[in-house]
Amino acid sequence: MSDPTAATSEAVAEVGGGAALGKPRGLLGDAWRELRVRPLFWISVTIIAIVVLIALFPGLFTHADPNLGILSRSRKPPSGEAWFGYDTQGYDVYARAIYGTRASLLVGLLATVGVVILGSVFGILAGFYGGWLDAVLSRISDIFVGIPFVLGAIVILTSLNTAGNTSGVRIVTLVVLSIAALSWPVAMRIMRSAAITAKQQDYVKAARALGASPRRIIVQHMLPNCLAPVLVYSTIALGAFIGAEATLSYLGVGLRNPVVSWGVMINDAKDYIRVAPHALLFPSAFLTVTVLAFVMLGDAVREALDPKLR
Amino acid sequence: MALLEVEDLHVEFRTRDGVARVLNGVSYHVDAGETLAVLGESGSGKSVTAQAVMGILDTPPAFVTHGEVRFKDEDLLKMSDEKRRETRASGIAMVFQDALSALNPVFTVGFQIEEQLRVRRGMSKADARKRAIELLDQVKIPNAAQRVREYPHQFSGGMRQRAMIAMSLALDPEVLIADEPTTALDVTVQAQIMDLLAELQRERKMAMILITHDLGVVAEVADRIAVMYAGRIVEQADAVTLFRTPGHPYTAALMDSMPRLDQKGTELNTIKGLPPNLLKIPSGCPFHPRCPRRQDICSVDVPRQHNLGLGHVSACHFAEEVVGG
Amino acid sequence: MGRYVLRRLFQMIPVFIGTTFLIYALVWAVPGDPFAGKCGERPCPDQYVSAMRAQFNMDDPLVVQYGKYLLNLLQGDFGKTFSGTEVIDRISVTFPVTVRLAIVALIIEAIIGISAGIVSGLRNRGFLDSLVLVSTLFLISLPVFVTGSVIQLVFGIQLGWISPTVKGTGFADLIVPGFVLASLSMAYVARLTRASIGESRRADYVRTANAKGLPVSRVVGVHMLRNSLIPVITFLGTDLGAFMGGAIVTEGIFNVPGIGGLIYKSIQTKEGVMVTGLVTLLVLVYLLMTLLVDLLYAVLDPRIRYE
Ligand SMILES: Nc1ncnc2c1ncn2[C@@H]1O[C@H](COP(=O)(O)OP(=O)(O)OP(=O)(O)O)[C@@H](O)[C@H]1O
Ligand code: SF4
Ligand SMILES: [Mg+2]
Repeated sequence: MSDPTAATSEAVAEVGGGAALGKPRGLLGDAWRELRVRPLFWISVTIIAIVVLIALFPGLFTHADPNLGILSRSRKPPSGEAWFGYDTQGYDVYARAIYGTRASLLVGLLATVGVVILGSVFGILAGFYGGWLDAVLSRISDIFVGIPFVLGAIVILTSLNTAGNTSGVRIVTLVVLSIAALSWPVAMRIMRSAAITAKQQDYVKAARALGASPRRIIVQHMLPNCLAPVLVYSTIALGAFIGAEATLSYLGVGLRNPVVSWGVMINDAKDYIRVAPHALLFPSAFLTVTVLAFVMLGDAVREALDPKLR
Repeated sequence: MALLEVEDLHVEFRTRDGVARVLNGVSYHVDAGETLAVLGESGSGKSVTAQAVMGILDTPPAFVTHGEVRFKDEDLLKMSDEKRRETRASGIAMVFQDALSALNPVFTVGFQIEEQLRVRRGMSKADARKRAIELLDQVKIPNAAQRVREYPHQFSGGMRQRAMIAMSLALDPEVLIADEPTTALDVTVQAQIMDLLAELQRERKMAMILITHDLGVVAEVADRIAVMYAGRIVEQADAVTLFRTPGHPYTAALMDSMPRLDQKGTELNTIKGLPPNLLKIPSGCPFHPRCPRRQDICSVDVPRQHNLGLGHVSACHFAEEVVGG
Repeated sequence: MGRYVLRRLFQMIPVFIGTTFLIYALVWAVPGDPFAGKCGERPCPDQYVSAMRAQFNMDDPLVVQYGKYLLNLLQGDFGKTFSGTEVIDRISVTFPVTVRLAIVALIIEAIIGISAGIVSGLRNRGFLDSLVLVSTLFLISLPVFVTGSVIQLVFGIQLGWISPTVKGTGFADLIVPGFVLASLSMAYVARLTRASIGESRRADYVRTANAKGLPVSRVVGVHMLRNSLIPVITFLGTDLGAFMGGAIVTEGIFNVPGIGGLIYKSIQTKEGVMVTGLVTLLVLVYLLMTLLVDLLYAVLDPRIRYE
C-alpha cells in the first residue's frame, strides 16, 4: 500500500506483452512520436530537469545556509527574506528544501537502480529457464512481497541502524538497501513476464534452434525486448521511492541529521504542525511535485508504449 | 416494395492518421423472404455497412455523413435514438462472426437470450426461460433445457454460433443480418450452420443479408448478390445472372479466384494487387489500379451505375462489354 | 475447488515460514543488547537476564529458537513480552481497531474509486476524464503522511470541522483516517476501473448488447460493469490485506489505537516477541487474502476453474 508501484506492476507487465510483439525499433519510434505531442510529458520532463539541476547545484538557487540555525527566528512564517519561513530550529526552510533535494533524489535513484538490477536479473533468469529455478525465485519473491513495506523497512532499519552511529553514508546506504530489498519482487515479476513473452517469440526460438548460448540469447535477444516495461516501472518507482524515503524519515527511521532531505525536514516539522505548518508544507510540496513529475513521466511513457491505448 | 433499403450511405472513420472513407455511397435493398448475399474482399466495408444499418457503429470514430437506411419506408437514421433502439432485434437483428467474443462471457446463454424477452417484451422470468429453451431447440441444440444454464465457454464453437442465432431470433426479427456467421468455425460445422440459417429463413419468411467470403455458400443460398469494393457496391444481380455473366471486372476476378472442382491441381487465380488504402482511394474507378480492362478514362471518371436489365447493375464504364465476355 | 484450496494452502507454508523467519531473524539475531534500558538506568541484574534468556530460548541457535517459537504459535501461544504482558492480550485489543479501519478505508476506496473510474471511463477524453486522471496522478504522488497531515491541519486544526485525532474506535470515528489510508489505492481503483471500462466499451459483447436493443443503462450497468469490475474487485481484495500492514502512518497521525501504533512502539522498545507476533499475524492475513481473492476470481468469472 505504501509502495505505490506495486499496483502498476500488472499494467506495466501488460505493456511488456504488447511491447515484445512489435519490432522494438518501430515501437520506440512510435512511442516517441506519441510522446512528443503530450503536454504532460513535457511538463514532467521540465520539472525533472529543474529538480536534477537543483540537486547538482543547490548553490545556484539559494545563498542562504541550510545548516544555520538561529533560534531567535524560530518558526517565523514566510517573508520576503525567507520565502518559506523558518522552522523550529531557526533554519531557513527554503534553503533546506533546496539542499535537501540531493539526498532525496539520490536515495530514490540508488534504490531504483538496486531494484531494477536485482529484479531484472532474477526475473530474466526465472523467465528464461523456468522450471525449478523459476519456482524457487518466485517463492523467494513471494516471501518479500508478504512483508508490508513500511513495516519491513522499520524493522530492518531499527535493527541494523544502531543508535550512535550517525555517519551519513551509512544511513543512506541502509535506507537504499531496505527499500531495494522490499521492492525488487515487483520488478522481478514485470521482467519475468516480459521474458516469458519474449522467449516465445520466433526470433528467440530461432536463435535457440541455431544453438546460440543461453547467455547470448538473454543478453542479445531478450534483454532489449524486456527492458521497456521495466524502464516504465522504474520511472514510476523512482518517484515512489523518493516518497518512501520521506515516509521512513517521517517515521524517524530513515535519513536523519546531519543529512538533509525533504523527509528529514518533514520529520523535524511534524510535531510543530499547529504552530509552524509552513515548515511541513513546503518540503511536502517539493516532495509531491517531484514524485508527481516521475509518476507522470512513467504514465506518459507507458501509454505511449501501449498500442492498445492509441 | 423493399423491406430494408440502404441508399447512398457514406460512412467515414475519423482517426488520428486521417479520415478513412470507408463507405462511399452504398445502396442495396432486401425484400421480405429474400436472401441477399454481400460479397467482397476483406476491408471493403461489408461489416461497417451492416453495423450502420443496425446503428451500432462506435461514434467516434465512425460517422455516417450521408445516406438513408429505410426500414418499412421509415428512415432509421432520422429516428430518435429511443425509437431506433426499438427496431433493433425485433425489426432487424444481427448474427456476429465470432460468437465467443460476441457473447458476454460472464452470463449464461439462457440469461442472454431471456434478457431481451424480459426487458423488451416484459415477459416473466419463467416464461422467458421457457421461450429460451424453445429457441435453443429450434436451432437444434440438444439438451436445451440443461444447456440454457451454461456459459458460452462451455459450448463448442458450432453450438455457440447456434446459441447466437437463437438469441438473434428471440424477438422474431423481419430482417436477419448474418455477418460471416461461419468464418470462425470448422469446415465441417460451417455447412450445418449455413443449412440451419437457410432453413430458419425459409420457415420464418425472414429477409436475410448474408455477408460472406464463401462463393460456394452464396451460390447455394443467395437469391441476389451485391459485390462491394472500396466502400461501394460495384455490382448487383440475381445469383444466377451474376455467376453466369458477371458485369464488372472485379466480380469476374472474384469468380476466377474461387477454387473449382473441375480445375483441381491448376493454380488458383488470385486478384493482383492490394485492396485500396481507404485514406487515399484511387481517382476515377477505385478498382482501376488492379483492373485488367482498365482504359485511360477509368482513372479519371467515376463510373456510373450501368443498368444491364432485370436488376443487373454494374459500376464499370465497360459493363456491357464485360457482360459480353 | 477443495483440492485447489488445499494445494494453495500447502504452497503458502514455505512463504509463511520464510517471511516470518526473516522478520524473526531481523528482530532477534542482530547485534546489540536486547536488555539495554529494560531495567531503568542501571544494567539488568544477571539473574533477570538469564531468566529472560531461558524464557526466550536465546541461548539456542537461531533456527531452533524460531522453531520453538513457531511451535508455540501453532498452539495459539504468542508468548509474553519482557515485562510479562501476554502478546495475545494486546493483539486482541488493537487488532479489531485496525480491521475496522481497513474496512472503512476499503469502503471509501471502493465507492469513490469505482465511481470516478466509471465516470471517466465512459467519457473517454472528456473534461471529467481529464479531471479524474489528473487527480489520480496527484493522489498517487502524495505520500500518505502528507495527505494525513494536511487533512488534519486544514480540517482539524484550522477549520475545526473534524477532530484532529480520533475520539473513539467505532466505524464512524474512523472515517477520516480511513479516507487518508484509502487515498492512494483510491487512485489506483479509479484508474483500474477506467482502463477496464475503456476496454469493455470496445468489447464485442457490448456491441451485441446494443444490437439486442437494450437500453443504454442496461448495456452499461449490466454488461459492461459486470465484466469491468472483475479486476477491480480482486484488487480491492488484496488491498484489504495491504491496508492492515500499511496503517502505521495513518494510525500515528490520527492517534488510532490500532495494530500499527503497537508495532511501531514495540520496534522502538525492542519488544521482539510483540513484533514477531504482530508481523506473523499480518503476513497470515495477507496470505489468506490473496487466496480469498483467487477464489473470488473464480466466483466472478465463470471461465476460471480451479482444479
Ligand atoms: N474502428 C475503426 N477505426 C478505423 N477504421 C476502421 C474501424 N473499423 C473498421 N475500419 C475500417 O473500415 C474498413 C471496412 O471494414 P469492414 O469491417 O467493414 O470490412 P469487411 O468488408 O467486413 O472485411 P472482413 O471481410 O475482413 O470482415 C476497413 O478498411 C477498416 O480498416
Ligand atoms: S471502370 Fe475501368 S477500371 Fe473500373 S472496373 Fe471498369 S474497366 Fe476496370
Ligand atoms: Mg467484416
